[in-house]
Amino acid sequence: MTGEQIIFLLVALFTLFSALRVVTTGNLVHAALWLIATLFGVAVIFALLNASFLAVVQVVVYIGAIAILFIFAVMLTRKEMRDQGPQMNRNWWFGASLAVLTFAGLYFLLQGWSGISKTAAVFPSGFDAVGELGNALVSPNAYVLPFEVASVLLVAALVGAVYVAFNRK
Amino acid sequence: MVPLSWYLVFSAALFSIGLFGVLSRRNAVAILLGIELMLNSVNVNLAAFWRYGDVTQMAGQVFAIIVFAVAAAEVSVGLALVISVYRKHNTVIADEIDMLKF
Repeated sequence: MTGEQIIFLLVALFTLFSALRVVTTGNLVHAALWLIATLFGVAVIFALLNASFLAVVQVVVYIGAIAILFIFAVMLTRKEMRDQGPQMNRNWWFGASLAVLTFAGLYFLLQGWSGISKTAAVFPSGFDAVGELGNALVSPNAYVLPFEVASVLLVAALVGAVYVAFNRK
Repeated sequence: MVPLSWYLVFSAALFSIGLFGVLSRRNAVAILLGIELMLNSVNVNLAAFWRYGDVTQMAGQVFAIIVFAVAAAEVSVGLALVISVYRKHNTVIADEIDMLKF
């Protein structure tokens, strides 16, 4: 085992453990904090994949904005958190078996796929992945249209969120 | 070097955990937490396929960034809905939000 594999295994186990805590813990503030741990683990996975821009965006956008938004929402609905009551619905065993079946099905599919033993591509010398990504996002013969559509979607969603949550009193 | 299959199995496990959270939690905010886990596992897959495919093609990373934007939009609208429902009906339990039922 190389050092990279050991780091990957440790990070993956930590991330999966905190993801399990997110879906099982009763206190929602704790669940949001475990979500931050999970997102941080995924950011380390991005760094291991040499996707440095994604790792930074994961920390800034997910941990910095989305997780904080979750903590705000939990605190704004605090009276109904019901730490004592059951956190799972009556059909939780159905959800659990469906999740296990999904994992088993995906694992089975992966075993039968020929590309599973692929090795990582080597970077060409002088290749700047972040610069290439920036070029791809704004170049007209690459992905400028999906990028702009995503921006419009984000603006529309935020305006809609303000409208839905606005208190008309 | 970490094999591609490890990343894929990791992301499948993360997706399944998120699916379990979405299907079995009662609190609407906790359901949104499960959706976040699922979107993250998709991003791990996209980045892994970029790294193990042709690194000069940036499609995987661009798609992951668009998933980031969609996740932010989904969370803002979802939490706004939860807060609005909580203000009007004083509940965040998904089973009790059944105003559309006659």
